[in-house]
Amino acid sequence: MIYVTRRAEFSASHYYHNPQFSAEENRRIFGKCNNPHGHGHNYTVEVTVAGEVDPTTGMVLDLKDLKKLLEQEVLQVMDHRFLNREVPVFATTIPTTENIAVEIWKLLASKLALGKLHRIRLYETPDLFVDYYGD
Amino acid sequence: MVHLTRRYRFSAAHRLHTEALSAEENARVYGKCNNPLGHGHNYVLEVTVAGRVDPATGMVCDLGYLDAVVEQEVIRRFDEVHLNLDTENFRERVPTAENICLEAYRLLQSRLDGAGPGGEVRLARIRLEETNSNSIEYFGERDNPGAARKVR
Repeated sequence: MIYVTRRAEFSASHYYHNPQFSAEENRRIFGKCNNPHGHGHNYTVEVTVAGEVDPTTGMVLDLKDLKKLLEQEVLQVMDHRFLNREVPVFATTIPTTENIAVEIWKLLASKLALGKLHRIRLYETPDLFVDYYGD
Repeated sequence: MVHLTRRYRFSAAHRLHTEALSAEENARVYGKCNNPLGHGHNYVLEVTVAGRVDPATGMVCDLGYLDAVVEQEVIRRFDEVHLNLDTENFRERVPTAENICLEAYRLLQSRLDGAGPGGEVRLARIRLEETNSNSIEYFGERDNPGAARKVR
């Protein structure tokens, strides 16, 4: 078993708000991230696929395919978007780093032609990241 | 289960030296790091907590709480000090990157295990970078999630 990772970047804005909390609770729990106008990050997503090396090609999967999949399924949906308003799932799910990582997993897991999705790592800043292994 | 990692920094001096070895052996084993006057590093500490994403907040753990705990337990103790001379933590142990990593894990585990809304958060990993080329990881008695998956 070998692990292949591809990295991509996207920029998006978001804010944290739960309509079930009062305005005060939202401010207390989410702090600056509660600003309804949103704020932005340069996200880095790392997609790790686990698989066996094909003896003929020497590859687990074609990295071009993975790049294309990442562009179609993730970057086209999230890059340069206001996540709360423009990505339907985040109308009802708060677009925290945790939830974005889980959502990226859902977008990609069933669409890999070869190998098995092993990990999504999502950096919100160089000093904060989330890992999701699908369970 | 989601793993969330936050990076922190501290700068400290240390000297690698053990009374268990002769002066010659210390010099051979620790090389430049055995310099009696010590030397320093800019350390990067990565703290990883694991837990369920709280559906109400979308978060695993309150970052303000995590920052406060790491500041109190690790940064305040180890930043801008000589680890051998100014802390109690390395009186008996050599402050190698390995031992600093283990000590950070020990200091943080009791404060982070059981945190979070349902008390389900746990400390999953400490990674300590001593330089851009050296880093140490410790997962406690539990497995590296990557390694665990490989076995299945």
